Amino acid sequence: MNIDSLKSDEQAILSLRSLYSRYGYLQYKMSKFEEYDLYVRNKDFLVSDNIITFTDTDGKLMALKPDVTLSIIKNTKDMPGCVHKVYYNENVYRVSKGTNSYKEIMQTGLECMGDIDDYCIYEMLMLASRSLDTISSDYVLDISHLDIVSAVIDSMEVSDKARRELLLCIGEKNIHGISDICQREAADAAELKKLVSTYGSPEKVIPMLESIECVKNSAALSSLKKITNLLSENGFGDKIRIDFSVINHMGYYNGFVFKGFINGVSSGILSGGQYDRLMHKMGRSSGAIGFAVYLDMLERLTKAEDAYDVDAVILYDDSSDLKALNDAVRLFTIDGRSVTVQKQVPEKIKYRQLLRLNERGVEIIENNA
Amino acid sequence: MKTMLNIALPKGRLGEKVYGMFEKAGFECPSIKENNRKLIFENPQKGVRYFWVKPSDVAIYVEHGAADIGIAGKDILLEYSPDVYELLDLDIGKCRMAVAAKHGFRDSTQKTLRVATKFTNITKDYYAKQGRDIDIIHLNGSIELAPILGLSDVIVDIVETGTTLKENNLEVIETIVPISARLIANKSGFKFKNDKIEELVCELSKQTEGKQ
Repeated sequence: MNIDSLKSDEQAILSLRSLYSRYGYLQYKMSKFEEYDLYVRNKDFLVSDNIITFTDTDGKLMALKPDVTLSIIKNTKDMPGCVHKVYYNENVYRVSKGTNSYKEIMQTGLECMGDIDDYCIYEMLMLASRSLDTISSDYVLDISHLDIVSAVIDSMEVSDKARRELLLCIGEKNIHGISDICQREAADAAELKKLVSTYGSPEKVIPMLESIECVKNSAALSSLKKITNLLSENGFGDKIRIDFSVINHMGYYNGFVFKGFINGVSSGILSGGQYDRLMHKMGRSSGAIGFAVYLDMLERLTKAEDAYDVDAVILYDDSSDLKALNDAVRLFTIDGRSVTVQKQVPEKIKYRQLLRLNERGVEIIENNA
Repeated sequence: MKTMLNIALPKGRLGEKVYGMFEKAGFECPSIKENNRKLIFENPQKGVRYFWVKPSDVAIYVEHGAADIGIAGKDILLEYSPDVYELLDLDIGKCRMAVAAKHGFRDSTQKTLRVATKFTNITKDYYAKQGRDIDIIHLNGSIELAPILGLSDVIVDIVETGTTLKENNLEVIETIVPISARLIANKSGFKFKNDKIEELVCELSKQTEGKQ
């Protein structure tokens, strides 16, 4: 099969599947529907609370999946001492912000559930980097650690309302907003401002973290150092950035969270993190880490677009000889060119060559390239 | 080829003032001052490309990555919540989002408050926090007319000096939030044109610090 003839998202799926299976992740195939109840209980985990629902034949309220992770957790048992590694490639149904209507989105992702240790986290971040690299070598993986962000906010002793507002400002890199909130709360903003405004390679950011009192001796920092070091040693050093503006929902996520960007795509195309809190909410005692790649965004990656729909249009009529027509078509398809056989030129079609089959053979009527 | 930083400026006086700040920060583009009908202005030496857009559209250009950075009022950011970074308060274009009503208006909590506004989301959010039941009448302009004609009880709108209100026998009854112009950046653009954006933020913040 000629891989170049595939669309960029189809190519990505093929490469990602082979990447994930090489690291022992098993494909997790699931049905399109799930009981609505699962999503109601974990509404905040979802990107949007708009869900397509319908009543099943037995009267149960069902939903078209807006998310895959919840279904995987639901079907996973705790296995002490082990990790359960799966990948998926599924369609999810979400409301698109622009049109405010439902959209089918192709999503590929990885989940690793069980006794998560530094190796599992490293492997996940490494696979996130390699997933991005599969799509384009011009990528950046932003890594944050929510325990560090929490520690700094905790040390400021602010109200719950201010905490929520601060988290919003952190996500926007809104330093002036942080100053305003801290002024109102009579809290010291210096360390949080330092945390949010320092962005870049681990070599640049880690010394800053070591200067923050409540962070410098934390387990989170030591694990961040260990993992980013290993990533750098394995050739991902110039692609990873530590950026504390990556804030996932703290009610579900903890520890490492990350987001991947590709030059030319206007928003993040990979998003993931550790979600032990979600596991605990769903009655599991083990931890988990995973990420999803939003393949619908890849359409925006501008590859040289084909100027033509088809290489050739061959016109024939009712009197044309079938064998001659077939021979004419084979002339093109045999060396990989595309051809459409028509009685009339279809509207709006862009072709390189227009040909007509008549009793003398195939005649070129128009040549565009 | 040098990478170009795409900058969306809001059309009008505010945009011109902002361009002045960018020029001072070393990101000048002389062709922008030529009096013509061009839409895009480039200075390849400095690696900048400016374009004028409707102020309320700046955030859209930036969120979708057509512009790497732009200048938008906090009102627009609050109303549309675009997924962008808000890097700097430029401390210009200052005004406030406020609730205004006819002079001497008595707010009766017995009935649903009718609010006319262009800023539906800000209004909804503000009154939801107070647990107040409201009806929103969405208007696209001349908001001040609504309470005068009895279309609404109050309005939520931007108030700069308050002159228009005063001349129409209206007054501010509550301030919702102070507004000013903000430097916003596309999240992806910020990663790939980081050095240039950081340099710009640094230079601009020197100018705003002097003022604050």
